[in-house]
Amino acid sequence: MEEKITTRRKVLIGMTSAVGAVGASFAVVPFVASWNPSAKAKAVGGPVKVDVSKMQVGQKIQVSWRKQPVFVIRHSKEALESLPEVESKLDDPSSLKIDEPYRDVHPTRSLSNEYTVIAGVCTHLGCAPKYYPEMESQPWDESWVGGFFCPCHGSMFDIVGRVFKGVPAPTNLKVPPHYFDGSILTIGEERGTA
Amino acid sequence: MTQQSSGFFNWINSRLPIVNTYERHLSKHPVPKKVNFWYMFGALASVVLIIQIVSGIWLMFGYENTEEGAFASIEYIMRDIEYGWVIRYMHTTGASMFFAVVYLHMFRGLLYGSYHKPRELVWVFGMTIYLVMMAEGFLGYVLPYGQMSYWGAQVIISLFGAIPYIGESLEIWVRGDYYISGATISRFFALHVVALPLILIALVFMHLVALHEVGAGNPEGVDIEKHLDDDGVPLDSVPFFPYKVLNALVAIGIFGIVFSIIMFFFPEGGGYMLELANFEEANPLSTPEHIAPVWYYSPYYAMLRAVPDKLGGLVVMGAAIAILFVVPWLDRSKAASIRYKGILSKIAMTIFIISWLMLAWLGTVPVTALRTTLSIIGTVIYFAFFLLMPIYTSIEKTKPVPERL
Repeated sequence: MEEKITTRRKVLIGMTSAVGAVGASFAVVPFVASWNPSAKAKAVGGPVKVDVSKMQVGQKIQVSWRKQPVFVIRHSKEALESLPEVESKLDDPSSLKIDEPYRDVHPTRSLSNEYTVIAGVCTHLGCAPKYYPEMESQPWDESWVGGFFCPCHGSMFDIVGRVFKGVPAPTNLKVPPHYFDGSILTIGEERGTA
Repeated sequence: MTQQSSGFFNWINSRLPIVNTYERHLSKHPVPKKVNFWYMFGALASVVLIIQIVSGIWLMFGYENTEEGAFASIEYIMRDIEYGWVIRYMHTTGASMFFAVVYLHMFRGLLYGSYHKPRELVWVFGMTIYLVMMAEGFLGYVLPYGQMSYWGAQVIISLFGAIPYIGESLEIWVRGDYYISGATISRFFALHVVALPLILIALVFMHLVALHEVGAGNPEGVDIEKHLDDDGVPLDSVPFFPYKVLNALVAIGIFGIVFSIIMFFFPEGGGYMLELANFEEANPLSTPEHIAPVWYYSPYYAMLRAVPDKLGGLVVMGAAIAILFVVPWLDRSKAASIRYKGILSKIAMTIFIISWLMLAWLGTVPVTALRTTLSIIGTVIYFAFFLLMPIYTSIEKTKPVPERL
């Protein structure tokens, strides 16, 4: 009899706790969800347009999209032709590790055969990498062939944003959705989606 | 005592145990009769905690937790509010001094084996306080929304991105936006001024309750509980009042002088306490040439940079903090204090201190190939000190620990 009551008690306590736990997890939902980006934050961040025709060959400009830097680089023919030479230094030359939007279109990784459009956000910890186009010895790499160097943690990328081997950044710099309309580059949407 | 006191006090005291608590935890609390200056940093930490709470409340009177207003409101506090600069520098100096005294307090623990049985929980609560303090310091550093606030936060929040599968959505969830915006600032503000201080105070309370249950240690590692007088009070102890109060007051006085010199003459600490880049408003498009954490995070930052892998770096940094929690179970030595430990422990401790200081320096300077190599060596030594501790503390020959203090 005594034992039966104890078992009964245990079952009841177990069931009450289980129901309580389910209730508690539902109660947590609004507290967790309220940390998601608000409707206001989601609404901001439309596409931006920039005229790239006035850029010099070899120049890099920076465009702000969703308050994050996007790099546009105008490459010389020689620079693009030399791209395969650095591939032995790269971790993922064909961008297989990431969701590359314009794979195998151009060596620039963009929709243009002259301009590269990449997010200026290091895939390691989010700093903006610096552009060092010159082929010259640098403190971080004696045989530097030109590209991007992240001052925060020393990640290196080539001139089209592909990551080097043995650096903290895990993947190539991302290519944001974009399209060219003559010399007008639109960043933040695909052609015809607006 | 209660007999002589007034009727009103009597009335209160028979309903709220004021005298009892005061005697038990302060005036009559037995403390080891011989301790040295290393035993002052705990008291100093609680002094800084009070400084931080008071100056923090006063800063809130002028601070604005919005993307547009945060940076300007700091300027406003510094320039327009009367003595606002003192309040702010008190808080920023307090942050660095908090870590300084806590690091010294923790080092005391390692040196004299303060975590030895039965003080394991005191150590674990202390480590939890340290962990919450790191979060608290980070959140506070973001609030002025200067360049270092922004990019430091960018780096730290991006660490969440290293977690497989959920990383990227977690980053957005923490920020509440696609970049560190007003949404991020206002939640960091709420956490910094309400949530974490509450947790911190609760933890400090637990740390002290646990300490008073088992009693303070001493530099000799002698168990004073073995020899008690007829009232059950350790023979090698003295009551806190007046014997230790006076010591503490001297320590607090000296500390106050050091604190004031820094606050009035070197509030930026040469760029290690308040980084120069943070006197410029946050610019999400331009990373400062050189990003470095404030000095109290730099050893762990150096470890993060030493690992050429995103997730690996996060794991190493997390493990470096986590391993401190289990020190009570890694040290197998019969002697608690370094004074009676063997030669291996002494060598290990020396190498550990040197490599920790080296990491602290490496975390504040830009990366070069040589410095990365040094960071790797420092990180390996750091972990070796703890992971090999069960071995070197059990094979070495210790000196006999005396019976009495």
